[in-house]
Amino acid sequence: MTGYAYTVLIPLIPLCMFLVLGLLTVKWKPIVFGIMGTVGMGTSFVLSLITAINYFFVVGPGPNGFEPIIATKVTWLRLTEFLHIDLGVMLDPISVMMLVVITTVSLMVHLYSMGYMKGEVGFQRFYAFLSLFSFSMLGLVLATNIFQMYIFWELVGVSSFLLIGYYYEKPSAVAASKKAFIVTRFADLGFLIGILVLSFYTKTFDFADLTAPNTTIFAESASVSFIGVSVFTWAMLLIFMGGAGKSAMFPLHIWLPDAMEGPTPVSALIHAATMVVAGVYLVARMFPVFHFQAPGALEVVAWVGGFTSLFAAVIAMTQFDIKRVLAFSTLSQIGYMMLALGVSGYGGEEGLGYMASMFHLFTHAMFKALLFLGAGSIIHAVHSNDMNDMGGLRKYMPITHITFLIACLTISGIPPFSGFFSKDEILVAAHNYSNTLFSIEYITAGLTAFYMFRLYFRVFWGNERHYHHTPHESPLVMTIPLMVLAFASIFSGFLPFSELVTSDKIGFETETHLMVALPSVLIGVLGIVVAWILYKKESLVPKSITEKLGIVYTATFNKFYIDEVYLFVTKRVIFNYISRPVAWFDRQIIDGFMVGIGKVTEKTSYEIKEMQSGQLQHYAFAFVAGTLILVLSLLYCLV
Amino acid sequence: MTIEQFFLMRHELLLILAAIIVLIAELAVSESGKTKIIPFAAGLFALVTAIGFIPAETGTLFGGSFQTSSLTLFMKNVLNLAVLIIFLQSEGWLKKPENSERISEYFILTIVTLVGMNFMISSGDFLMFYLGLETATIPAAALVAFDRLKSHSAEAGIKLILSSALSSGILLFGLSLIYGATGSIYFADIVAKIEPSPIIILAFIFFVAGMGFKISLVPFHFWTADVYEGAPINVTSYLSVVSKGAAAFTFSIIVFKVFGALFEQWQHLVYALAVMTMTIANLFALRQDNIKRFLAFSSIAQAGFILLGILGANEMGMASVVYFVLVYVFTNLGAFGVATSVFNASGIETISGYKSLYKTNPKLSLLMTVALFSLAGIPPVAGFFGKFFLFTSAASRGYYILVLIAVLNATVSLYYYLRVIKSMFIDQTDEPIAAFRSSISMRISLIMCVSGIFVVGFASGIFEYIREISQLFF
Repeated sequence: MTGYAYTVLIPLIPLCMFLVLGLLTVKWKPIVFGIMGTVGMGTSFVLSLITAINYFFVVGPGPNGFEPIIATKVTWLRLTEFLHIDLGVMLDPISVMMLVVITTVSLMVHLYSMGYMKGEVGFQRFYAFLSLFSFSMLGLVLATNIFQMYIFWELVGVSSFLLIGYYYEKPSAVAASKKAFIVTRFADLGFLIGILVLSFYTKTFDFADLTAPNTTIFAESASVSFIGVSVFTWAMLLIFMGGAGKSAMFPLHIWLPDAMEGPTPVSALIHAATMVVAGVYLVARMFPVFHFQAPGALEVVAWVGGFTSLFAAVIAMTQFDIKRVLAFSTLSQIGYMMLALGVSGYGGEEGLGYMASMFHLFTHAMFKALLFLGAGSIIHAVHSNDMNDMGGLRKYMPITHITFLIACLTISGIPPFSGFFSKDEILVAAHNYSNTLFSIEYITAGLTAFYMFRLYFRVFWGNERHYHHTPHESPLVMTIPLMVLAFASIFSGFLPFSELVTSDKIGFETETHLMVALPSVLIGVLGIVVAWILYKKESLVPKSITEKLGIVYTATFNKFYIDEVYLFVTKRVIFNYISRPVAWFDRQIIDGFMVGIGKVTEKTSYEIKEMQSGQLQHYAFAFVAGTLILVLSLLYCLV
Repeated sequence: MTIEQFFLMRHELLLILAAIIVLIAELAVSESGKTKIIPFAAGLFALVTAIGFIPAETGTLFGGSFQTSSLTLFMKNVLNLAVLIIFLQSEGWLKKPENSERISEYFILTIVTLVGMNFMISSGDFLMFYLGLETATIPAAALVAFDRLKSHSAEAGIKLILSSALSSGILLFGLSLIYGATGSIYFADIVAKIEPSPIIILAFIFFVAGMGFKISLVPFHFWTADVYEGAPINVTSYLSVVSKGAAAFTFSIIVFKVFGALFEQWQHLVYALAVMTMTIANLFALRQDNIKRFLAFSSIAQAGFILLGILGANEMGMASVVYFVLVYVFTNLGAFGVATSVFNASGIETISGYKSLYKTNPKLSLLMTVALFSLAGIPPVAGFFGKFFLFTSAASRGYYILVLIAVLNATVSLYYYLRVIKSMFIDQTDEPIAAFRSSISMRISLIMCVSGIFVVGFASGIFEYIREISQLFF
């Protein structure tokens, strides 16, 4: 069990960085803080890599597959004999994989931000928050129990809030950060209730107990049900609600597009590669519970995932803000991962969906971070988010162009890029489960290729715009991360994922299923070709198409008015008919009562002032009299 | 008696030795270099504190008059730590010209009172207990009157010595009643013979009155505010933390060990005292403007909370009391440290004088805020866990109404703690206290306090350890 004790440093180093950067009040050059943060993150990255190599390849699987390892654990708060909250580090295939994902992307973002955020006010604060986020995210994936996960889950939410609202002088950024926080917090309420229900019936928080495949802790309460549905299904649905909030699944997705108000590197790290997949990670972590105790909940996961992926892809086709296109694309891809988990079985080939989901999580983190950082590079050059302000950039920004193209091909599922392999596994898994879901995903794959290449052609091809100054390639600190991530996007598809990360931790063989792979490549190519025809050269065709679509287009462009529905429900219905009366009751009755108590307290306090007279004889009298009264009353009562 | 046995009194012997060394050092330094004694004595005391943490044998001495256990050793270490922090905070005050003659007196008197407290905690009979109590009280009166040229300080000294004489009289009356009823002053013998007869109950109430004076429970608390206000600020922090902590330790030990069998009878008494102490102290604290007086009433209210732990009357109760005092040491000394700093730099000791402190001295203001939050019991700082465990231990005996009263009182207390914070952060004034830098030793002490406030709260191992040694004690 020992030998992994150092892994506790992986989250602790960013924590120390956060404290140091947050509390240091010296006036050094901002870049020094950037270097400090980057070096700290780099150390965590190296440690994670060592851990992963050690865990997967040096030690390798035992007879029962990869053994989960508790590297360290302390009991933090003991509630009852059974129920205690621990803090610790658990290493198993998915957490080790996540370590690599988080530290890689985080390191790249740390490095990249030194160029991107140069000259911004609060550079030091930015790095402090980035470190806080990295700490929270690493603590989340390393959690040994669901309560520790919840603690870090909230910390992740807070750091996301802080980073979205980084430009806190901008009203839209403040509104976006509030929205993100409130929506995810609302979802987390479900998560918390789910945890409480689950632990109430199972008497444990510990993942090791909860996810053991042949555990008996559920048997005792398996028959308990609420409104005709078993309590465990309820618990898992509520827990999934938390996951859906963080991973921005429909209908809790509304915060993610707005979250793009944060600095672009933050979007790359938090809102593309790491935090938003926390929900997927949560479902994967609890997968045995879903599979054995709450198959109904798992079905919900599959359909929510499937619907979100299509829904978001449709919206992405109509957006003009490049970061928003990427945001909706993120929603869509996470939908894929959720769907893959939802359709997965347990063990061996059955668990193909599980493995595919984790595989796609990994490749997606790389290529989506690349897309965002590339978008950042473009924004850095032209000082705008709007596609209409861009065009013909391929000449000015060769590195950004090539890496961005690689990422677009990857996300479109073109072989031999990594996205092809992971998406292919998902489609196979969906195909084995339900034809409807498969068709949804199949169409989505085509739409994905289309909207990505729409973006690509409009930005890098087409007519040049009138730029304030000639766009230029970004500095090396920004392009190096692009190249590293491009490398990862190309080659991570060749990782033998099915032997490393599987539902029962035992590896299995997979092959490319031509019957699925071929059509999926074809539809990808089709999407690209359509985009090429429409957007290679600027023309009026796209405009006339949108005009013909009329109301359908407008609805899509406005994201199907989901935000407006929320606003209507909250502002018109809840505020008017629930909040107002409650507020009146609170102000008049509850507050009135409280103010009354306050007044009485104040008055009594004034009245008894005289008791403290400063005269020693009064004190002595009170002392003796007090003693006597106590004596008399006690003797009278007892004897 | 062998030498090894003698070392059971390690803490006490070390303290006496330290006092003697300071006395000799006083002779050795020249007239002009008296201030050198301050770092010397503080360093010496740091050494004593460190040695105290080395694990030691436990056992009894003098035919049962003196007992040690891992729990009492821990208590003594907590007190040593508190005194160390106070010594570090005293530098600025002692360096003033009018005190330069008497620097070593301050250290010797403080250490001697601490010796008394250690004997009190380790006592195995009522004689040793009483001797310890008086050794702890009489030099304290001298400390209170240390600023002898200031009439406030002298008045406070007189008030303390007279009130303590009264309380000692009543306490001794109670002890002689116990001797009369059971024929012994040894705890071990008394436990065997104790029964709920009226005379024993009478004796117990007298005992509580005597201890209540030290812990400042209502209605035995009246001296507190005047003495705290009049005494030099470092002495006030000493009284409110060390003296009170030692008394709370001793009180819980004796109540559990000697009067444990009378729980049915004394629970009502402790219940009533807890309610009165929390409520009345809070009502008084609401109106204070002088920071020392304010902290005095706050410390009385905190004592009321300690009684909740005592009502638990099991190892959880004991552990919660010890833990609470440990937290209270860091928390209250943090608040007093800031008050001392401000007083030394500007002479201001009123809450209204703290206006806009945040603008000029942000770090001190934040520190004060953390300390006050901890006193108020707001998570995640240690004070929350301290209160939480006290409440848990009372609730485990079914005192739900008392816990409710305590929670209400904690809410009221939040009001006056926030008042200080409001003054520092929100209230505007044209003439805030100018920016200043505290001395190195003060800063070390404040860092100790603030790290204590966080570490004791987060490191669950500390409470688990206290619970373990409390289990051994029962």
